[in-house]
Amino acid sequence: MSGTENAGLQAIPNPEKATLEGKNKFLGFWFFLGGETVLFGTLFATFLALRDKVASGPSAHELFSLPLTFLSTIILLTSSLTSVFAILAMKDYKAGAMRLWFWITVLLGLAFLGLEIYEFHEYLGEHFGFTTSAFSSAFYTLVGTHGCHVLFGVLWISELMLQSYKKGITTVTAPKYYVAALYWHFIDVVWVFIFTVVYLLGILGG
Amino acid sequence: MALTSKDQVAEYVAKQRRRQELLHYLVTFASMIVFTVLAFIAVALRKDINDYLIAFFIVTMAVVQVAFQLYYFMHMKEKDHGFPALFIYGGALVVFVTVLAFVTMIWI
Amino acid sequence: MTTHAQSLAVSSQRKGFLHWLWTWITTVDHKKIAILYLFGGGLFFLIGGIEALLIRIQLAVPNNHFLVGSEYNQVMTMHGTTMIFLAAMPLIFAMMNAVIPLQIGARDVAFPFVNALGFWLFFLGGIVLNTSWFFGGAPAGGWTAYTPLATEYLGSGMDFYILGLQLSGAGTLMGAINFLVTIINMRAPGMTFMRMPLFCWTSLVTSALILFAFPPLTVGLFFEFFDHIFHANFFNTANGGNGIIWEHIFWIFGHPEVYILVLPAFGIISEVVATFSKKRLFGYSSMVFATVLIGFLSFMVWVHHMFTVGLGPVANAVFAIATMTIAVPTGIKIFNWLFTMWGGQIHFTTANLFALGFIPTFVMGGVTGVMLAVPPADAQYHDSYFVVAHFHYVILGGVVFGLLAGVFYWWPKMFGRMLNETLGKITFWFFFLGFHLTFFPQHFLGLMGMPRRYFTYLPGEHFELGNMLSSIGAFGMAVGVIVLLINIVVTTAKGKRAKGDAWGIGRTLEWSIASPAPEYNFAQTPLVKGIDAFWKEKMAGNKKMTPAEPLGDVHMPSPTVIPFLMSLSLTLASFGFIFAANQAGKPHTGGLITAAIGIGLMLLLMLIHSIKDDHGFHIHKEEIMRIEKEAE
Repeated sequence: MSGTENAGLQAIPNPEKATLEGKNKFLGFWFFLGGETVLFGTLFATFLALRDKVASGPSAHELFSLPLTFLSTIILLTSSLTSVFAILAMKDYKAGAMRLWFWITVLLGLAFLGLEIYEFHEYLGEHFGFTTSAFSSAFYTLVGTHGCHVLFGVLWISELMLQSYKKGITTVTAPKYYVAALYWHFIDVVWVFIFTVVYLLGILGG
Repeated sequence: MALTSKDQVAEYVAKQRRRQELLHYLVTFASMIVFTVLAFIAVALRKDINDYLIAFFIVTMAVVQVAFQLYYFMHMKEKDHGFPALFIYGGALVVFVTVLAFVTMIWI
Repeated sequence: MTTHAQSLAVSSQRKGFLHWLWTWITTVDHKKIAILYLFGGGLFFLIGGIEALLIRIQLAVPNNHFLVGSEYNQVMTMHGTTMIFLAAMPLIFAMMNAVIPLQIGARDVAFPFVNALGFWLFFLGGIVLNTSWFFGGAPAGGWTAYTPLATEYLGSGMDFYILGLQLSGAGTLMGAINFLVTIINMRAPGMTFMRMPLFCWTSLVTSALILFAFPPLTVGLFFEFFDHIFHANFFNTANGGNGIIWEHIFWIFGHPEVYILVLPAFGIISEVVATFSKKRLFGYSSMVFATVLIGFLSFMVWVHHMFTVGLGPVANAVFAIATMTIAVPTGIKIFNWLFTMWGGQIHFTTANLFALGFIPTFVMGGVTGVMLAVPPADAQYHDSYFVVAHFHYVILGGVVFGLLAGVFYWWPKMFGRMLNETLGKITFWFFFLGFHLTFFPQHFLGLMGMPRRYFTYLPGEHFELGNMLSSIGAFGMAVGVIVLLINIVVTTAKGKRAKGDAWGIGRTLEWSIASPAPEYNFAQTPLVKGIDAFWKEKMAGNKKMTPAEPLGDVHMPSPTVIPFLMSLSLTLASFGFIFAANQAGKPHTGGLITAAIGIGLMLLLMLIHSIKDDHGFHIHKEEIMRIEKEAE
């Protein structure tokens, strides 16, 4: 099935924006990301306001470790690259290659989630729970919201890939793959600010 | 599919363009990794460098890296991205004002 | 309303009431969703109005015992919350859904599915909020839900507030994205941005404001939710939390919200005034510029709600100046409306009466707004009835007058029948005079020192007269609304059928097609040649728009029940969280499991929606020609 599929459609470049529905989905999803920017921005602002309010709990530089954060960061950055490759393959109507890259993206996303769960588990062991202090509530809410986005992205992309075995790359499915990739990049954008503002500035203690 | 010479030319051009695009992505990725590593190194050297300098540096690295992500990985540099850019910048402006308020005027 | 084509499309063979209900639950047609929004919003408007009457009964005389203490707080909180989130917002979406696709010459909105989902989320969110009356009392923390009062002292009512608003807020956000994309991507050929009717422009800017203002509300509500149900510390000062954060977040949302409400009203007024003056809108480009500028500035002024918090002279000064700046673009609009009327042939229809009543009323609200923008003066006005008078002049005198103008103006387009003008004028005079009688004395009550949100006052403090007048006025408005309801019932039964160009002097595209609009809106997409496209064609001697395409089959999206089911599952999740709340300790497991089931169902429905491709259906050329012929 894969390989020969959609041979007749090869002539349509940029299948994600070939139809009005595709264009609408593309634009609507960008607007959604604009809203998400403000959502995360508010979480960041609150975190910044409460980052020193540790009550009787541990503070940022007592908790965070550079190596773990670095590993998570590299994993997520790499997954951003693999989803770019997936979209590149999609534009060439290479369904097999697209699936391969997206599945790698999903695996990297799962690895990231695994690290995050491990990290949170460690913190709980150090008596840094959700209700410990204003800092802890703000931390878990910001990083947790990002984690939920990663989880949703993993589920979403997996579901699309499972469908792609049957539906292939068409002007109907291409916009879905494209916006899923946009979503994944956006998660990465948020993470760049999280590792900088939460972890690096936290370790800095400034 | 029969290929006329015109089609072949078009295909060649498309292929070259794709190759160049691929190169762009790899360079983008490499620079993102470099920015990340620099930020982490700066923090690792926190004993020797002024904290405010490091803070300024790593936030700058983050902003630059995100610009790369937006313009190359998310294709904001391409045409048809006027409205996406407008709304991302609009969101960023609201975020900037919010963050400014939350670090300067929360009273306690 | 239900065309032959649609009844073919609805696969179910259910007849009678159930069939009728099913078509409304599954509809994705923007014109039907407009009607749903109109009745959903109208229902909550009536509930909020009854709450207002209860408040005015209590305050009519000093030392009254009609509604005291917590009961008063609940009614007052629900009045504000209902009117803003469940009446004004959906009524604006009703207008946008009814009119915008028609005005830009589109067959549909960009995301019909999301549009339906937005409506059902709003409606069920409103239901969740109002069920609080039956489960231990409604929220009582004011519509602003300030912490720590709301999170630590008020019991379960606030959970209904948090989750009800979370649901309806999500619906609003979806609606906004839908209209942004619709207006940007789906304009007819020739309909450039600077040829769009002003209502489209104001809706575009309003949608952008919703996109940026609702996420902070979502986040703030999540903070209160975590604090209240999972004992987080965002606003718990004992563990380092900070209540000022909530105030900032709430007003970063709350101030743009005011413009979200009033900009579409500005748009409606611009349409109505131009049409009934038989003139082109004066200063179209300056109107567009003013709209965009108001939208931009609306995010720079929220601290004027917090002048008395004590954020320091610099913060107060900056935000005071920014606030006063907004008077400039607003003033531009006022003058443009006046100049539009100047030299025009003014038709005093009910719609235009509301528009004309709007102008001086809104100016008064604006003037008190500038007064409140001065921090030292605000220290005196703050939390007094002066503020109550100010925001009712802006929201009722501005937004509701605008909406009523819109309802009278577009009713024939939505329902195919004219509202009765005599009854309409009775509504206007009762509503207009009742409004000023209610709220004008409140300025003076405030200046004399009567605080807002108090449930009573003592005799001999000179508050008696003003409060009595105010209560009489409120009942005057109620009479106006009752006459409107009678008008609706009577004209629906045997009203005059509306022509396509119902007022005979329509300027914009919606009047170029039949009333009510056929399911496919435009048999042929029109070619737009300038501002007030239909007027231009009429002046050139044409009866119809020049088509931009040949007549052909029209593709339509299929009706679907999934948006309704999605909203139901999120409602289930909301109730789960509400009943999980436990002031004393860990949240109840049963509630959390219910919530998890609700969220799981939501994810499942999303999966089903993703897997199931909607191929839609076609309305065939012959069918369209038949419908068009019948309409003539």
